[in-house]
Amino acid sequence: MNKNLPILKRIRENRLFWPLVALALILITDAIFAPGFFKIGILDGHLYGNLIDVFNNSAPLMLVAIGMTLVIATGGIDLSVGAVIAISAAMGAVLINPALGNKLISNEILTKDATNTPLWLIVLATLAAGTLCGVWNGMLVSRAKIQPMVATLILMVAGRGIAQLITNGQIMTIYYSPYFYFGNGFILGIPVAVYIVAVIFIFAWFLVRKTPIGLFIESVGVNAKATYYSGISEKNIKLFVYIFSGFCAAIAGLILSSYVHSADGNNNGLNYELDAILAVVIGGTLMKGGRFSLFASILGALIIWTFTITMYTFGVPANALLAGRAVLVLLVILLYSDYSRRLMNRIFSLRGS
Amino acid sequence: MVQRIKHFLLNNALLLTTITIFILVFFTGGRLYPAMQKPQVFFNLFINTASLLIVAIGMTFAIITKGIDLSVAGMIALTSAASAFLLSKGASPIVVIPLMLLMGIAFGFTLGSIIHFLKVEPFIVTLMGLFFARGMAYVITLEALPIQNPTYRFLALTKVHIPFLAKEYVYIPSLVGPILLMVAIYLSYYTRFGRTVYAIGNNEQSARLMGLPVGRTKIIVYAFSGFCSALAGIVWSISLLSGYGGYAPGMELDAIASVVIGGTLLTGGVGSVIGTVFGVLINGTIISILQFNGTLSSWWTRIGVGALTLIFIGIQALFYIRKKHA
Repeated sequence: MNKNLPILKRIRENRLFWPLVALALILITDAIFAPGFFKIGILDGHLYGNLIDVFNNSAPLMLVAIGMTLVIATGGIDLSVGAVIAISAAMGAVLINPALGNKLISNEILTKDATNTPLWLIVLATLAAGTLCGVWNGMLVSRAKIQPMVATLILMVAGRGIAQLITNGQIMTIYYSPYFYFGNGFILGIPVAVYIVAVIFIFAWFLVRKTPIGLFIESVGVNAKATYYSGISEKNIKLFVYIFSGFCAAIAGLILSSYVHSADGNNNGLNYELDAILAVVIGGTLMKGGRFSLFASILGALIIWTFTITMYTFGVPANALLAGRAVLVLLVILLYSDYSRRLMNRIFSLRGS
Repeated sequence: MVQRIKHFLLNNALLLTTITIFILVFFTGGRLYPAMQKPQVFFNLFINTASLLIVAIGMTFAIITKGIDLSVAGMIALTSAASAFLLSKGASPIVVIPLMLLMGIAFGFTLGSIIHFLKVEPFIVTLMGLFFARGMAYVITLEALPIQNPTYRFLALTKVHIPFLAKEYVYIPSLVGPILLMVAIYLSYYTRFGRTVYAIGNNEQSARLMGLPVGRTKIIVYAFSGFCSALAGIVWSISLLSGYGGYAPGMELDAIASVVIGGTLLTGGVGSVIGTVFGVLINGTIISILQFNGTLSSWWTRIGVGALTLIFIGIQALFYIRKKHA
């Protein structure tokens, strides 16, 4: 960063500036209109309160957004994440109780932990299912050279069908308490999901900032052909980001299905692809590809959910909230447009002179 | 002559493939389930896909300009909810229908203006449109509102018999799509606007340098798509006789898939509304085959449409490579 610039301009040009301003604005609104919002209590040995809810609810979105950031940084897009969430959730549920789908559920099963597969195998299979979806997308994009939006559209359309195929079209309820740990558990008073996000984030951050992969991803996003000619396997980089995105979506599916205690092919991870793209865009990563920031996308996910929970506390019905979210997107679009950037710069330069 | 036929085949390869696949799928259905051989089954396709057809026609224009319109399903929900609300308050259909169409145009116009003037990806802007329209529909009503208006009931229940055929019929709303198709064919092949749409999709920069009204055309395309979705919403509310914010879930995907199956390239510049009609019909045929089978469940539709999209994209890729080498 240029050291000669005035401090104000340097802050303003930092990519985390606008997301932080947005988050602060929402939090200030909360502080004024919903005084109870920041209250954090302790119940049964773990923290609870709106802020904890924000973190717990946004965990799956954060995971998906991390994967999506890398995909978007290569100039691609992954529309299939919502469907991948549904597939992996279905995979987990079907391994826990393959028989329950067709059999009448007796009270006996309702009260005890019923599972047909050990937990580690469930987790492994769930993650494998998502990763496989990622491989499929990655192969289509990198090897078959299909436009990313089209290639992932296929799985987006077919994925929910596949998820329903796995669960035989039923909403599978899960009666296996160790599985609930991912979505509802707490370690040291903080939700388990937050730890999972932290681990994945640190892993991804290490990968893109401490190894050349991050640089390769950016260079593919800026100019794939030039990257190829400079001897970097642009195909494998693309393949990798889609696999990683599928993997992240699979973990999100695990957390989500464990959070709601069921797998529903139609509703698990509904609109997640849209929310994830939104989170990345709010974070300031350009859809064209190139420079990206994982942390900014995390902030984006946080903004979306802080906004959502704020609206809930104001008593807005969940369905009507969509309109509120649209207004949020509009604000982001206006804020990031070239026009408003120029206007901003003019205002600040006037004050400076 | 041979040369000309060859030229024709090469130029219309995608469209011809779509039509061939439609015929194949339809006749496979007929072989599997003899009941599907009745001509009425063919006309049922138009009844079942009435809204999808209208939406897909608008979407085709957006995709040819290298854009996309994700807001269509939201607009259907909003139109159905708003018209059900207005009708329940005693408004006349003569007022309600033009008002809804005007709302669709205004909505599409706004989205198009944001896309053009603020230079934001169509994907993001129309996504916002989807959220907004669905949200507003839920603001109007949280549960399904029935429509009791006699005019709507008349439109919904009147059968129109097909000329020269004894028993076959469609309903009045199913005629809207084919009429719109005529308009769309005229627009895309015989007007300056249509040619500009293709030019923008091929290369926006060149189109601008040629002095074509790029911005105006793009905005009109989205306004047209908004108009189509409002029209589809009216058709939807007539055929279901109710309005609700949750209607037409995921229809934007079905519309995009139909457009792609219809041979329109998502990279813009190539495609036709005629192909889109066949894409929609293929979609409808898969659904009817599943209905005739009875044991296959509804999710096979989505898998089937996904698989067909994949096949088509494969064909498009081959076609594209071929064109590049030629």
